[in-house]
Amino acid sequence: MNTAIEVWQLTKVYPQGKASQPLRAVDSIDFTVHEGEVFGFLGPNGAGKTTTIRMLTGLSRPTSGRARVLGFDLASDVTRIKKRIGVVPEASNLYDELSAFDNLIFAMQLYGVPRSERAARARDLLARFGLSEKRDIPFAKLSRGMKRALTIAAALAHRPPLVFLDEPTTGLDVMSARNLRRMIARLRDEGVTIFLTTHYLEEAERLCDRIAIIVEGRIVALDTVDGLKATIQEAPVVEVTLADASNAIETRRIEGNDVATAVRAALDQADGRRVLAINTIRPTLEDVFVRLTGLSAEVMLAEKAGRGQANAGG
Amino acid sequence: MLADDLRGVFYIVLKDLRAYYFKPPNISWGLLFPFAFVLAFAIRNPGDVRDLVPGLLALTVLFGTSSMEAIVIVFERRIGSLERLLLAPVRLPALLAGKLLGGMVFGLTVTLAVLVIVLIVFGGDGIHWPLLILSLLLSAAAFSALGAFVSVVVKEVFEAQTLANFIRFPMMFLGGVFVPVASMPPALQIIARALPLTYSVEALRAALVDSSPANGVLDLVALAAFTVVLFALAVRVLAQRLD
Repeated sequence: MNTAIEVWQLTKVYPQGKASQPLRAVDSIDFTVHEGEVFGFLGPNGAGKTTTIRMLTGLSRPTSGRARVLGFDLASDVTRIKKRIGVVPEASNLYDELSAFDNLIFAMQLYGVPRSERAARARDLLARFGLSEKRDIPFAKLSRGMKRALTIAAALAHRPPLVFLDEPTTGLDVMSARNLRRMIARLRDEGVTIFLTTHYLEEAERLCDRIAIIVEGRIVALDTVDGLKATIQEAPVVEVTLADASNAIETRRIEGNDVATAVRAALDQADGRRVLAINTIRPTLEDVFVRLTGLSAEVMLAEKAGRGQANAGG
Repeated sequence: MLADDLRGVFYIVLKDLRAYYFKPPNISWGLLFPFAFVLAFAIRNPGDVRDLVPGLLALTVLFGTSSMEAIVIVFERRIGSLERLLLAPVRLPALLAGKLLGGMVFGLTVTLAVLVIVLIVFGGDGIHWPLLILSLLLSAAAFSALGAFVSVVVKEVFEAQTLANFIRFPMMFLGGVFVPVASMPPALQIIARALPLTYSVEALRAALVDSSPANGVLDLVALAAFTVVLFALAVRVLAQRLD
């Protein structure tokens, strides 16, 4: 399997962090992203996700360590890397004054897409993202979901084989978020490698082939979703729902050496009551995340919302 | 890589001119502001109007190049679109060169309009055209580099305007626009020698009034030096800020 990204001991230290102490935003991380996969990069706020993306996309110089992106060395070939990657930053920051169509054309001009192909590609992208009707509308006048979609379209305009998506669905309404998830899945089906950060664990679970969890600048886990779940589930658990003669309902969780043993134990505990349901309980990605970071998804989203408001206010 | 940078510079200039510069309020501000100052001075001293032409052109270049450019750079930094440009295969000096050239093109366009009016009123006799063109180009480059430098050391748009005015307004009165530097007190002359506007006014005076290229060569060298130093400082500061 070919690799899209290889990272060795990548580190970023900011000279002045909190309390004037140097801040190790990213601390000696190693990981590999395979070609064609959706690689999730999860972690609480300030864990080092965006700093890692900034280093891998050439916006920030690593303090130490090495990385190769699409076969090119980050230290010596950053321009070649930039030509071949698409980046969707957390903010939808295209140009307010330019129309949807002109924003795409400008993106293609910067990447050297031949003039003869630009208009057709822009029309295709607008159609693909459901923005054909908005072709001549200035970016400033698009809805938040449309701005996000156009920002992603602009990152794809030069047809990069690797795309970095930083919180692509944050702040979107349900329908817009769902459409964007469909678009990400479609890109994966087309063979585009995707490096995705998100605060939505369900989204990561649904989209990602493998997930790395970063906490305080260090990667604490890296595996497939099932692999991550397996690390925190020591024994199978079944949940049995029972109802007595007066229809009082009780739910119990029973652990066993294997699923069959657990089910038998659950039935033994029925004591003549009706068994309404038996379900095997598997840990969710959120369970894994909570175990590894000590932070619940709700807290993480609340932090995120608070930061968004602070940004909007400042 | 150089081809990527040159392409980036070209399209950044085009985009900035279209998105920001050539809007009616900017053009009217760029034209009216220097005329207002000169008119005020001319009413006070009606006989000296022709002598004010080099200063009028220098002021037009100064305000035309630096005003909008500083705002554009700070604005794009704040909303993240400046960084977005760096995601493309364009290196930071090329990005900033694009911003600088955008300011130059706008400033020189406005100045050209003022120059046409000057030629209609006073005629073109005795003008040393090569020196005039070089003086305008290098003045625009130096002032645009000044605008770029101002825009990278501040964080907010209003700070850029404040700092730019903090530099430009004293420069207007000390740079030989209204009063020749030679007739200033020695202490002020020392300050005037540290200001790019002084060299711009002197170079333009050599081209328009003296018609003597020899008098303007050192001024052109000084303007080129201001351009290089201010641009290098702007690149360095912006690189630190964006890292």
